[in-house]
Amino acid sequence: MPNSGAHNSVGLVSPCRVRFETAFQLANGSVLAEHELVYETYGELNAAGDNAVLICHALSGTHHAAGFYADDGERAGWWDLAIGPGKPIDTRRLFVVCSNNIGGCDGSTGPNTLNPETGKPWGAKFPQPQVQDWVRSQKLLAEYLGISRWAAVIGGSLGGMQALQWAIDYPEWVEHCVALAAAPKLTAQNIAFNEIARHAILSDPDWCDGDYLSRDTIPSRGVALARMVGHLTYMSADGMSDRFGRELREGSFTPEAESEWVFQVESYLRHQGTRFSTQFDANTYVLMTRALDLFDLAVGDHGDLKAAVDKAHADFLVLSFSSDWRFPPHRSIEIRDALMAAGKPVTYANIETDNGHDGFLLPNQTYEALLTQWMQRVGPA
Amino acid sequence: MNRLDLNTVLGWVPRGSKVLDLGCGDGAFLKRLCEERGAVGVGVDIDPDNLVSAVSKGLDVIQEDINEGLNCFTRYRFDVVILTHALQELTHPHLALERMVHIGEEAIVSFPNFGHWRCRTHLGLTGHMPVSRAMPRSWYDTPNIHFCTVKDFEALCSDLRIDIIERATVAGAAQNWLGKWWPNLFASSAVYRIRRSAR
Repeated sequence: MPNSGAHNSVGLVSPCRVRFETAFQLANGSVLAEHELVYETYGELNAAGDNAVLICHALSGTHHAAGFYADDGERAGWWDLAIGPGKPIDTRRLFVVCSNNIGGCDGSTGPNTLNPETGKPWGAKFPQPQVQDWVRSQKLLAEYLGISRWAAVIGGSLGGMQALQWAIDYPEWVEHCVALAAAPKLTAQNIAFNEIARHAILSDPDWCDGDYLSRDTIPSRGVALARMVGHLTYMSADGMSDRFGRELREGSFTPEAESEWVFQVESYLRHQGTRFSTQFDANTYVLMTRALDLFDLAVGDHGDLKAAVDKAHADFLVLSFSSDWRFPPHRSIEIRDALMAAGKPVTYANIETDNGHDGFLLPNQTYEALLTQWMQRVGPA
Repeated sequence: MNRLDLNTVLGWVPRGSKVLDLGCGDGAFLKRLCEERGAVGVGVDIDPDNLVSAVSKGLDVIQEDINEGLNCFTRYRFDVVILTHALQELTHPHLALERMVHIGEEAIVSFPNFGHWRCRTHLGLTGHMPVSRAMPRSWYDTPNIHFCTVKDFEALCSDLRIDIIERATVAGAAQNWLGKWWPNLFASSAVYRIRRSAR
């Protein structure tokens, strides 16, 4: 475990699990008779219970946000950049919670867990969860953990939308809210990219109408293609040029060379797609992209975003990333302007970066400094 | 830079005001306004390092280019909108002034007076654009692209139907009384309280 004791890492972590045996009704009306959430925590909850911070993961994220597993010392949690002792979300003074959303595929009740009625995996029959369902289930988790209020709810991309949903659904619960690279709802272009991803999965012969697990197969080609398309939208054109250029991984540009050409960027995307396809459940990908499509912060307020955010009692940090074209800066500005119009305390910055939508996960001096300084106001002094 | 203008601004901000500080820099002045005047402040700046400094002081800041029109404030009103020593750096000072008196019940503006006798003497005697301790950059690389005089500013306010509520001048100690009586010649900086004309 070369990194598990690394400087300012939370170190070795292990997931926890909680089972809720009361019926949980989703926004679409369907009911889960019982459900489980897997989650991780870092740091200690103080006696006053006022130092708890919730991290909401993005589309393909998990509850493993920071630290290392004993059997995988190489790969840190997905937001190890920001969570740890001395990091922006400082575990020396904050108690950090991250849970896997319902419908996920990393342990929380979802399409790859057993349907108690049939004893078989849910598969495509798993009901469609929405962002507000995840918020409500996380509230159950908070109560189970003895937390009565979040000092902050924080997320990027879909996680940022979830953090905003928290702030308006349970105003008394959210003291601070951080929305990174988020949007108040998706555009037609956003939905179109999600549809391409879903179509890739549904077109795979191994999809089997979503019942692939009982046929002992997975639609890995479809999921890989979905991930390749998705991944493309997380990067910026300039960032890709810097990183891959037109470099060949295999083959040669010389005229006499007769070979297969593989550009670096192709190799990278194929690798990302293949790796993802063995780790991520196809049904979950379909459900999560659909939850994104359905998300609309102002849906309960006839599209009036100002009226929607007016319910919140939180202080907000809204950050966008200059080269993000999935949820570009002007989408964050919509959120910012609605918050300003509603008279909510808000800090906004557009981080200059070539990292595209992935900017919220990657090192950047201004980004880390801003998050670090803003987080000083979160939790007990 | 001589920032005596800030003391004047501080005195003009009513207790407990909602304040918007345009070009708030590192937030030091806005922080003073919050602490000494009980203001509820929002800062606007474009420089990332300034934003980090202001946030580290516990302030709320919005990263925005004032030249882009301050559109985020269309539906929110402030008691006071402040622009200190930045008017001359703006692409369209007149549009910014109009926005300021629209967003705020009142606006406070300070700027270096280009009609000051030192500037005039420098230009008149040397034939070169004035360069001084307060304005150290050469004409081609200065951020100060729209210098004006006290007279110019007051004429613009009149054109824009903006009322001047109060004027204060900053001058060297020896010329302080001269600055009051003859601001266009002796004030090194001028500070104005303005608002949209009721006319």
